[in-house]
Amino acid sequence: MDVHGQMTVHNLYIFDRNGTCLHYSEWNRKKQAGISKEEEFKLMYGMLFSIRSFVSKMSPLDMKDGFLAFQTSRYKLHYYETPTGVKVVMNTDLGVPNCRDILHQIYSTLYVEYIVKNPLCPLGETLQSELFNSRLESFIRALPFFSARAG
Amino acid sequence: MSRQSNRTTESKKMNSELFTLTYGALVTQLCKDYENDEEVNKQLDKMGYNIGVRLIEDFLARSSVGRCHDFRETADVIAKVAFKMYLGITPSVTNWSPAGDEFSLILESNPLVDFVELPDNHSNLVYSNLLCGVLRGALEMVQMAVDVRFAQDTLRGDNVTEIRMKFIKRIEENLPAGDE
Repeated sequence: MDVHGQMTVHNLYIFDRNGTCLHYSEWNRKKQAGISKEEEFKLMYGMLFSIRSFVSKMSPLDMKDGFLAFQTSRYKLHYYETPTGVKVVMNTDLGVPNCRDILHQIYSTLYVEYIVKNPLCPLGETLQSELFNSRLESFIRALPFFSARAG
Repeated sequence: MSRQSNRTTESKKMNSELFTLTYGALVTQLCKDYENDEEVNKQLDKMGYNIGVRLIEDFLARSSVGRCHDFRETADVIAKVAFKMYLGITPSVTNWSPAGDEFSLILESNPLVDFVELPDNHSNLVYSNLLCGVLRGALEMVQMAVDVRFAQDTLRGDNVTEIRMKFIKRIEENLPAGDE
């Protein structure tokens, strides 16, 4: 992906504990999956669900953080899950290092601050908050490895 | 990334008397709106539940606490981290049942009742019942179904305030229907 040696973020999903996709946004995603977004969210959540349970079954010791990331020859999927089952998933190119802290920050400084603490934002549905969207947008664009040109 | 987060991790100071009085006003209004104490208790529990399901996210965002491995650890985190963070008190954890599925939180002081005296015509009112709802709601979000109730209350003449918590079951996560 990073033919110019630039790193980038492709897209980001936030799921709730029931598998509802609360938020989706993308930045440098040139090729689409060729299925509807609903179908894509369902496939993504299903895969995460299976990987999580597989990974914990295979673990030789009690798991601590569980499933963290996987990568292909083209992209890297970073995963963060809270004990309440909120799942933050970010796809980047291969050069991006461990993103656990960043995903935790998206949860704690954006999702919790602008959604959970806003009593008028219903939980468990697709997020409608403009404030959240714009804060997330600037958060991602300010990441040191975000490059709008790459990808 | 620090430029993104302008929140501080230390808890903000707020006037505790204002908090106590606000809670008092809430309970008083409920007593006016509902006919009997049982109904008020139920409403307080319901409100607490709705607070709890959101408060747990704030708790996880602010503390670095991960998933608890057993109920004893849960009890400790509730008493030492959560109560400390939100009410500024640290209840003691005691009276474990032999099976380890039930314990008591003993509150030496309860900031909610600082200025309160129960009138005779509200003998069945569980004044601080909101707390039970908060605990129930918060734990439900981390896959734990619990039963929470006040076993003793200084407002009703007991020596201490005791919240009894009983573990009911783990809530299993399921794939949404229609998925393979």
